[in-house]
Order: sequence, then structure tokens, then C-alpha cells
Amino acid sequence: MADVLQQVVSGIASGGVYALLALALVLIYRSTGVVNFAQGEMAMFSTFVCWELLDRGLPYWVAFFLTLAISFVGGVLIERLVIHTVSRSQALTVVTVTIGLLILLNGAAAWIWKGEQRTLENPFPSDTFDVGGVVIAAQDLGIIGVSLAIVLVLWAFFQRTRVGLALRAAALNPASSRLHGVRVSWMLALGWGLAAVLGAVAGILVAPTQGSFDQNLMLPVLIFAFAAAVLGGLDSPIGAVVGGVVLGVVLNLVGAYIDFFADLRLPAALLLILGILLLRPNGLFGRSVVKRV
Amino acid sequence: MTAFRYALRVFGFVLFVAIVVYLPFRISDFRASEFALIGIYFIAILGLNVLTGYTGVISLGHGAFMALGAYTTAILVADHGMRDLWTIPLAGLLAAAAGAAFGLPALRLSGPYLALTTFGVAVATPIVIKKFDGLTGGSGGINLFEAEGITGLPEFIVTLPGGKVLSFNDWLYYLAWTIALVLFAVAWAIHHSHFGRSLRAIRDNEIAAAASGVWLASHKTLAFSISAFYAGVAGSLLAIWAFSVQPGAFPVDRSIALLVGLAVGGLGSLAPLAAGAAFLVFLPQLAQGISKAPGVPAVIYGAVLIALMIVLPMGVGGLLRWITGPLTSRLYPRS
Repeated sequence: MADVLQQVVSGIASGGVYALLALALVLIYRSTGVVNFAQGEMAMFSTFVCWELLDRGLPYWVAFFLTLAISFVGGVLIERLVIHTVSRSQALTVVTVTIGLLILLNGAAAWIWKGEQRTLENPFPSDTFDVGGVVIAAQDLGIIGVSLAIVLVLWAFFQRTRVGLALRAAALNPASSRLHGVRVSWMLALGWGLAAVLGAVAGILVAPTQGSFDQNLMLPVLIFAFAAAVLGGLDSPIGAVVGGVVLGVVLNLVGAYIDFFADLRLPAALLLILGILLLRPNGLFGRSVVKRV
Repeated sequence: MTAFRYALRVFGFVLFVAIVVYLPFRISDFRASEFALIGIYFIAILGLNVLTGYTGVISLGHGAFMALGAYTTAILVADHGMRDLWTIPLAGLLAAAAGAAFGLPALRLSGPYLALTTFGVAVATPIVIKKFDGLTGGSGGINLFEAEGITGLPEFIVTLPGGKVLSFNDWLYYLAWTIALVLFAVAWAIHHSHFGRSLRAIRDNEIAAAASGVWLASHKTLAFSISAFYAGVAGSLLAIWAFSVQPGAFPVDRSIALLVGLAVGGLGSLAPLAAGAAFLVFLPQLAQGISKAPGVPAVIYGAVLIALMIVLPMGVGGLLRWITGPLTSRLYPRS
């Protein structure tokens, strides 16, 4: 039993990272109706920026928050310069542009940082705690804590500030928000900026757990984040968080206890999600949209 | 369609066929192999267009159906001594059956959910192939170099009128493009059929289409199945073209590439999709030619793709429609 609990705790930690990236995807999907395929690469790029800042001798938390600021500006710029110009086109065009961004950012990171393996400083101690026979790593607790804090801050931002309200309004009903004086187009840019920040946190948290990383750091994480977002419902922030955590735990348990699936964790997770989607086509927390013809 | 425009279409198609037939006389043997690959991509993109272009369903998983087609051909040729040509339709039919089996439940999902589910299928494909190594040869894949069923080998050299020697690569080229042209005609027929119109009605408004008597489930599943058939045939040809299959040849990138080719060619177009296929083969080479430093070709590829989508949001097909459309529709666009 202790063994199972241990798998659950480390599953929650990796699920926290999926949740952050899934939340970023949901943020962009809700405001622009686009599934952002470049989300993982944006996070990877931010992680490299953080590495670069640390390499130049900045203290850890200064580098951390500076990276978030840079990521925010980067996300806003991507929306303004690229996404905004194609936003009136058909869905496939916008999707293709985010795929182009994925390829571009991956290449740019390999170019700038020479495609070499880098190691990112770990902000958490490597201690472990023994709680009733369950060994919990401080790193896992740290990741869970940071993810939780980010989710709470984000919730407060959306529910308790005027800008958050404007963001939600712009996503829900752009035309009517515009009439109320919300600058809808800038709200979309703001959404991209926030998504970039979320991605940056996810990248910075996940990189130390991998030992070393290169420009392909976030591709596998992105796939799990997609799965988490779909599981929870693409338009539901709570769904993204729950989906991420559930996925992290299930993946860990399946990988550890069912031999056949030990090297098939990903297909197993996808099978599970497909099963759930067949019962609830809009995810666990998603709403079905009633359309007028 | 007026008689004049109809004649223009027929003339265009004849010209297209003539270029396809004549091209190997002008290009090197190596280029013939590349153009064969373009033909293979063209087939897969034509199929994806039936699904995404007509029905409006975005699939990121058609690389999986290509893999199914490729492995069908490789296993039948290598392990059962079948002639490669006969495996091509079999590969297509098996992929079509798989497409129907996957599409029937999956098509209940709405746009982005389905896109991401198919994306998951594409991601899982190489992993699943490696798992069933008894059938698929694991990560090493299946080699066709020793197989007897490959048509055109050994020493397939025929002299054509005009002194042109038909090499093996030329043979691959003609094989791929003959099938591509037949399937092109089929796609054209679908486009102009009652069925094709129903699909476009689903794309434009699902609820209105259903209210007008289009049975969504059967139409969508059939469209998915047809597009999987095209992908299976393309995969089968790819196995013959590459002489081998490996799980590594079907990464998620291949599924994404098909969608990119479709976007570049122009969603809902037909002949311009060949431009999208050419883009997939030539742009990486072009980028490699500019610089081979790590990451630089990817930067160029990504930047060109983004720029192209900004300049031509409807792809090459959209540009051609704009040029060939009457001047008035350019001056006073309808929307």
C-alpha cells in the first residue's frame, strides 16, 4: 500500500507539470479557439533563457522571475506579430502557423544553444521525507507546491481583478465585450503572454527532473499536456488541472503495475482518454456548446 | 460550369498528365526518385483533403494509416512472397477498414478533440509497432532488399522510344504517379458527386446538413475511411520506394507533414495539392542547402511555412483561384 501511495505522490508531481502546460493550452484555446502546437516549444525556449541567465551568474530566483517576464513579452509578441495576422483565416491555416512556430522555435534553440545537453539548477533540495513508510521527495513536494501556487494565483487573477474579468469577457463574447470598452485584440495577446509564462514555469520545473535537457525537452510533455487538456475539457481550466493530475497518477500506476503496459504508458493513457471521451465527448469538465443554425 | 470553363478544366488535366508523363525524360535519375516521393505524398494529401478539405475534420493521425499500409506491403512481400503490386490495393483496403473502425467511434468528437485524439494515435504508432516485434521486426523494421516480389528488380531496364532508358527510379516514378492520377480522378469525382456535396454541407454547417437529410455518422465515417485508403496506398508505395519499413519512418512528424502539405497546397483544392507535396520534399532540401548548422534548416523551414501561411492563407490553390477567377470577383469579393 505504501508503495502505491508513493507512486501516487510522484504521479501528482509529474501531473502538476502536465497541468501547468495544459492550463496554458486551455488559456489560448478559450480566448482564440486555437490549439497551440508551439506551446511546448515556447516553454522549452523559456527554459533555455533561464539556463542562459543562470549561466551568466544571476541568482536563481532573479533569473526565474526575469525568465517569466521575458516569456510574457515573448508570448505577447508572438500573438501580435504572427497569430494576429492569420487570426481571420480558417482553422487549418492557424494550426499550420503554430506548427511552423514549433519547428522554428525548436530549430532556433538548437541553433543558439548549439543543440548540446544542458543542466538546469534544481531549486529544491534533494532530501526525502518518510511519512508512514511512504518516501516523498522534496523535489516532488516543491513541484506540487509551485504548481498549486500558480493555479491559485491564476484563479485569483481571473476571478478577482478587472483585467481578469475583461479577459474572460473577451473570450466569451468578443463583440459584446468590444462594445463595453474591452480591447479584445489586446486581451488575446495578454492570454498568449500568460500562456507563455505558464509554459516557462512548467519547463523550469521539469528540466531538473530530467538530469539534462536539450531542445527536445518539452515534446513528450506537450503530448501529455494535450492529453490532460482533452481529458479535462479544452475550455475548462479546472479540467486542465484535474486532467493533468489524474493523467500523471494513472500513467505512473499503469507503468508500475501492469507489465504489458510498462513500455506502452503513452498508448495506454490515450486508450483511457479515448474511452472517456466516448462517454463525455467534451471532456470531464467541458461544456457542450449549443449552436444556433 | 460553363462549357468554356469545363473545356479549361479538361485542358488543364490533360496538360497535367502530359507533364507527368514527360518529366522523367528531362530530369536525372535521382530527381525521378524525388518526384516519385512527391507523387506518394500527393496521394496521401489528396486523401486527407477528402476528410479535412470537404468534411472539415482535421486529422493529425494519417501517418498511422500510412504506417499500416507500409507494413502490410512489407510483411506480405517479405514474409509471404507476394508481388508488390498486388499488395498496394490490399494495403489501401486494410487502412480503409482501420479508418472506419477508428472513425466510427472517434467521429462523435468535435473538431479539436478529434484532432488531438488522432494526434495521440500518431504519437503512439511507432511505440505500438515496436511492441509487436514478432510481426513488425521491432525497431529494426523489415528489409525488402532480398525480397523477390519487387517488380522492376533486378535489372529492370527498358528502352523507351526516343532512346530514353527506363531506370528503376523512373519505374517508381511512373508507378506512383499512375496511381496518383487515378486517385486524383477519383477525388475529382467525389468532389462533384452527391456524396461530395453532402460532405461539404457537413463542413459548412453540421446541424443544417443533418436537418437536410445528411446522415452524419455514415458520411463522416465513409470520408474517414476513404482518406485512410489513400493514406494506406501512399504508405504501401513508400515501403516499395524505400525498400524497407521502420517504426522510425513513421514519427508524429509525418502526420503533421501531411497536414502542412494540405495547408500549403490549399484546403479543398485538387491539383494544387501537388505543390504542397513538392513543398514537403523540396523545402527541407532547400533549407539544408542554405546552411547545415544545427537548427538552421528548421528555422528556415518554420519561417518559410509561417510566411507562406500569412501571404497565402488559402495555400497555392487559393492563389490560383484568385488569379483565374473573373476580375470582378477580385475587385468586389463576396465576403
